[in-house]
Amino acid sequence: MEEQADIQQIKPPTNAKGPVGWLRENLFNTWYNALLTCVALLFLYFTFKGILTWAFTEAEWNVIPANLQLFAIGPYPRDQVFRIWICLYILTGLLGLSAGIWRGIVQRWTIVVGSIFLVFLVIPFEIVPRQDSNYVSIEFRFNLIWLIFESRRWLLGNIAILIVTFFLGNRISRLRPWILGGWILSFPIIMFVLHGFGENAVHTSLWGGLMLTLILAVVGIAVSFPLGVFLALCRQSKLPAIKWVSIFYIETVRGVPLITILFMGNTLITIFIPYFTIDQVLKMMVAITLFSAAYMAENVRGGLQSIPRGQHEAAQAVGLNYVQSMLFVVLPQALRAVIPAIVGQFIALFKDTSLVSIIGLIDLLGVAKSILAEWLGRHVEVYLFIALIYFIFCFAMSKVSQEIEAELGVGKR
Amino acid sequence: MHHASNTMAQNSTKIPFWRDTRVLQVLFQILFLLGVFLLAGILYANMLKGLDNLGLNLKLDFLRNEAGFDVSDTVIEYDPSNTYLKAFIVGVLNTLRVSLLGILCATVLGLFIGISRLSTNWLVRNIAATYIEIFRNIPLLLQILFWYTVFGSLPAARESINLFDTVFINNRSIYFPSLQQTAGISSWVGYFYAAAILSVISIFVLALIFHRKQVERMEEGDDIGYFTHVTRAAKWSIVPVFFIVAIIGWFLAPESPFVLGRPELQRFNVEGGIRFSAGFISLLIALSVYTSAFIAEVVRSGIQAVSKGQREAARAVGLSTGQTLRLIILPQAVPIIIPPLTSQYLNLAKNSSLATAAGYDDLFRIGSTILTQAGKAIPVFAMVMANYLIISLTTSAAMNWYNRWVNRFNR
Repeated sequence: MEEQADIQQIKPPTNAKGPVGWLRENLFNTWYNALLTCVALLFLYFTFKGILTWAFTEAEWNVIPANLQLFAIGPYPRDQVFRIWICLYILTGLLGLSAGIWRGIVQRWTIVVGSIFLVFLVIPFEIVPRQDSNYVSIEFRFNLIWLIFESRRWLLGNIAILIVTFFLGNRISRLRPWILGGWILSFPIIMFVLHGFGENAVHTSLWGGLMLTLILAVVGIAVSFPLGVFLALCRQSKLPAIKWVSIFYIETVRGVPLITILFMGNTLITIFIPYFTIDQVLKMMVAITLFSAAYMAENVRGGLQSIPRGQHEAAQAVGLNYVQSMLFVVLPQALRAVIPAIVGQFIALFKDTSLVSIIGLIDLLGVAKSILAEWLGRHVEVYLFIALIYFIFCFAMSKVSQEIEAELGVGKR
Repeated sequence: MHHASNTMAQNSTKIPFWRDTRVLQVLFQILFLLGVFLLAGILYANMLKGLDNLGLNLKLDFLRNEAGFDVSDTVIEYDPSNTYLKAFIVGVLNTLRVSLLGILCATVLGLFIGISRLSTNWLVRNIAATYIEIFRNIPLLLQILFWYTVFGSLPAARESINLFDTVFINNRSIYFPSLQQTAGISSWVGYFYAAAILSVISIFVLALIFHRKQVERMEEGDDIGYFTHVTRAAKWSIVPVFFIVAIIGWFLAPESPFVLGRPELQRFNVEGGIRFSAGFISLLIALSVYTSAFIAEVVRSGIQAVSKGQREAARAVGLSTGQTLRLIILPQAVPIIIPPLTSQYLNLAKNSSLATAAGYDDLFRIGSTILTQAGKAIPVFAMVMANYLIISLTTSAAMNWYNRWVNRFNR
């Protein structure tokens, strides 16, 4: 104890703190790092100079606002747009309810979605395309007049629904078991509303833009996931016939490019199944799903293999049958272990939907191509814009995956 | 279940076969296989009928007919009067060419970005992270179209961009200097063979000398074998003997055996050199950049998977940073990196089928051209898919072999 008094109290070195200290530590700690910093700064300078100069002097961005609706929904009939809003309302309502009940990640992302709606609502300009030429005037209106535009009114309703359902979900926790059913049911309902029937039916050939991309991706993800789990279980099966058939399927599909499968699904399928003509969008959905399921199966298999045998045996010892032990003991652990890989596959699937534009569907990329056929020489602008859209969705998905991992404590137990 | 049935059997109350799991399993599998074969059979019958209605068949003799279409990039000589088979082979080679070059570029780029991602320099680390996030979150097809467009906006052929008179770039193609043989090649090849023979002889002579020396120094029975000496001798003889003779031969030859064939800007076009089409280059750039973002993540996670204690222990024993990386980190990181790296290579090879978007005549594009011209949908498509399967399966087999070789000590 006496010795302690002799020890001099030394203050922390001042240069380790503050912006100068940070700079010294992170950018100039050794001579080669200082050199690297200079090279990196030069690189950034030239890249940004080039990009910004182009973006503000040469680029002609009016192609984007003039075609916003095309990018969003493609050639969907303009007098039927209210149906898309109804679908959006259903989804927003479900999202609000879920956020109210579960909180956590769902709530955080609901707030993100809500603020995106808000931003779109208050952006103070409206695009007024003129008939006579490619020229589009963008009018700024800084007052409430912008509410006269139809989309703004729909959007306002959307935000209202989000808020109302959020509080509803928060109050009435009895709704919980219904929500999952609601999400599952919402899909056929949305398909039905979008397609309609009778005279006002909107054929799938008129579906397009971001809407079609999202539909393809959601269907692909929702169906290929259970199918992939099923295939993975088959591959792990003790019954040789089932095991080898699933191995054959998985390895064949993984060995060929997606475009060949899409092509086969599009043209060759009529030779194999000549009884009826299948809707083109449906064919692409099936092809994408079957393709993705093989990759999903391999990811899930990795998870299954990481579960020690003791878990199976313990489940059997407690008297669970095969289905129960898989459903309640093995799969929850196996899937948790491979969340990053599975979300990675979802992201890949989302990006891969762009391949349907080669087959001739008008998804986001297909719409971009058709717009470019009219607006000559605006390729870079249009491509950058849709790249941004793809990027936002993929990046958001990877962020959600990281948050789920953190919440479940993957790798910490 | 098995235990239950066994004990029951031992109790001599034999369970009926319709409740015996073993019998049920076999029955179930037979039914399942029957179902699969039935489905396949129905599809096959439909196909035969459908082809018959269209007046088509599955015969492959059309491959000997004249192709009649031109191909923009070729590795081997080809002209439209060649057969479909030749065109198909050109397509296969084109796919291999862009895949191999793409794998090379993507690996170099990915290694560079992946290591930068772990840099202690904040700026470098974050530039690498931004690069990865941007390029792996945008669809490859879009990236191909983007680079193709950027290429298309370059100046036309007669105003080609001239880089130091060696590389020429215009909106249609890019020209690099090529190696061209001269009359001097024949005499140099003589020196080349002489060098090879001399080095082989010197390997054996050196190995014999090493062996003698070893035997002199050692007690009897301590012989470590001739083969060890051969590998050691090879190290000492190949470099000096072979290269020195080959290089001397280069200067002794009446003419320099190879000259650099520089492309030259003519009045309307660029002549000479090696030409790569815009489609090929934009496909190559997009494939390399896209895949390199994934490879960078593979490299980063592989290096991070080596525990920090290893690095600290290496430090403590006094190894330098370079030695730590070479002797401690990489030997442990490489086996972790290889399996995901393989799947990235396979993805790149399969993704090269998007060449259609850039107008590069790869396997898939030539396949669909043949398909439209000859109308032989099923055989052509089976050939295309079989080729991709072969490429995928051989690559993964080779990589599995290498993986086992790397892991040969970790048993």
